[in-house]
Amino acid sequence: MRRRAPLAGALLWAFALVYLAPVAFMVVGSLKPDALVLREAGSLAAFWPEGASLQNFRDVLRRVDFPRYLLNSLIVTGATVALGLVVNGLAGYALARLRWRGRRAALALVLALLVIPFEAIAVPLFYLVSLLGWRDTYTVQVLPFVANAFAVYLFYSFFLDLPRELEEAARVDGAGVLRTFWSVVLPNARPVLATVAVTTFLFQWGSFLWPLLVTTSEAVRPLPVALAVFQTLPPRQWGDILAFGVMMVAPVVLLYLLFQPAFLRGARLAGPKG
Amino acid sequence: MGRRPPAPDPFPEEARAGRWLTAPALLGLALFVLLPFLGAVAFSLTDLRLGSPRGPSFVGLEQYRRLLEDPAFLAALRNNLLFALGVVPLQTGLALLLALGLRRRFPGRAPLRTLLFLPVVFPMALVAVMWTVLYAPGPRGAVNALLETASLGLWEPRDFLHDPAWALPAVMLTSIWQGVGFQMVVLLAGLQAIPRELYEAARVDGAGPWRQFLHVTLPGLRNPLLFVVLVTAILAFRVFDQIQIMTQGGPGHATTTLMYEAVRAAFVRQQLAQGAALSVVFFLLVLGLTWLQRRLLRQRAVLA
Repeated sequence: MRRRAPLAGALLWAFALVYLAPVAFMVVGSLKPDALVLREAGSLAAFWPEGASLQNFRDVLRRVDFPRYLLNSLIVTGATVALGLVVNGLAGYALARLRWRGRRAALALVLALLVIPFEAIAVPLFYLVSLLGWRDTYTVQVLPFVANAFAVYLFYSFFLDLPRELEEAARVDGAGVLRTFWSVVLPNARPVLATVAVTTFLFQWGSFLWPLLVTTSEAVRPLPVALAVFQTLPPRQWGDILAFGVMMVAPVVLLYLLFQPAFLRGARLAGPKG
Repeated sequence: MGRRPPAPDPFPEEARAGRWLTAPALLGLALFVLLPFLGAVAFSLTDLRLGSPRGPSFVGLEQYRRLLEDPAFLAALRNNLLFALGVVPLQTGLALLLALGLRRRFPGRAPLRTLLFLPVVFPMALVAVMWTVLYAPGPRGAVNALLETASLGLWEPRDFLHDPAWALPAVMLTSIWQGVGFQMVVLLAGLQAIPRELYEAARVDGAGPWRQFLHVTLPGLRNPLLFVVLVTAILAFRVFDQIQIMTQGGPGHATTTLMYEAVRAAFVRQQLAQGAALSVVFFLLVLGLTWLQRRLLRQRAVLA
């Protein structure tokens, strides 16, 4: 089946060229004078930045507090990823490996909650965090997303498949549960850690509905909401908007290119077993 | 106190660790998933409003009855269904073609896979803004110009996002563009898991490429295909970001969705109870699809 297929390759490359044209359009447009972005959108000039400059990027930084939004997104995403790895990793381990009464019930609860999509609870969750006085904070963007049923499930199934021998050896040597987890289990858990980190990162970095509801001030506003506000800001300058987009997606693309296996494994792990 | 104390755990150290290690996750899930979920069901049976000084009162299924009479709700339901019916087959078909192509060997295969997955890492808000520019009205808009060239000048330029007939398909195409790479990777992994001997056996039996596809590839891909189809269908019911940024549900109700209506009800009209009722309807639809998925996937596991 793995015959060389130059024709399939050529067709796929041709498709990719068209498919990724919107990305090229954004990058090239971000380098053009604002007025030219729409004027040249319908011709091949859309992909050729005549008189390229970084003026749009300077304009974005002058018009809005982009570094602030970036910092907000970094804080919210970073905190959710870090706390999530600890909380869900430990829970997944305890559910997969430790013997305690109540384990089955806890596992059943996690599996049942997997079914509830965030959108179904956004409205009452908003009411809850309003009562708690959490609106317009980092906390409200981080805390509800730390414990995650899907992440617990990913850890749980990974630890189930991990061979027991190493842990048993450590336990026989007198190491406690936490010590065994730290020194024997974690070093072998890098694939699942990377996968959960990447999926949490993508979810939070792109999160739009929730911060749209709960943030009002620029002090805690993350990038996607800031972009949505910026693109309606008069004067509507498309070069600036595209420059904002490029700056917003550049860190993600960089991470993706550096840690590509973890991103692709994330998609595969989310898929069905076998 | 009359109750017998529970028997001691056989492994006291593991029992203590187990409870402590799961406590933060269970607490978080109970507080931020289970409680709001029960809240959605409870609120939907009241007339709770945001910022109303008057306390809520129980109104039974009144909110659901009102939904059935609300043209915006019915339009949203229809749009979500159309979204699923359009996006699921197109996106899955395209992803399958790409995965079949990527299974072959050719120069530059690895970087191509990297590039085709790239839009998956783009935030949907950004994708929506990018496509809003591409859908610009008039002959100079990128998509209009492309269609005009491709149709040798027959295409009449239009304002996609403000055209009742074109707005929803335009948003659907945007979603397919962002999501197809994810499906492609799942299907490619599925393809690579099909044992090569099956193809060799089929060839020995004289099966051509088409029969091999029908009798080896498709059955072998059953689970990955079911997975991507149902996950995409569920996503089609969750659509919000694109609508908020590209069309605000318009023109008229042409692109409104359940989530968009839930947010409008709860936060624009301050009718929290109505938003909760919409959330519950939305959840029941997702639950039905999830149930179908688990059933179909489990069936296979039993057979295998």
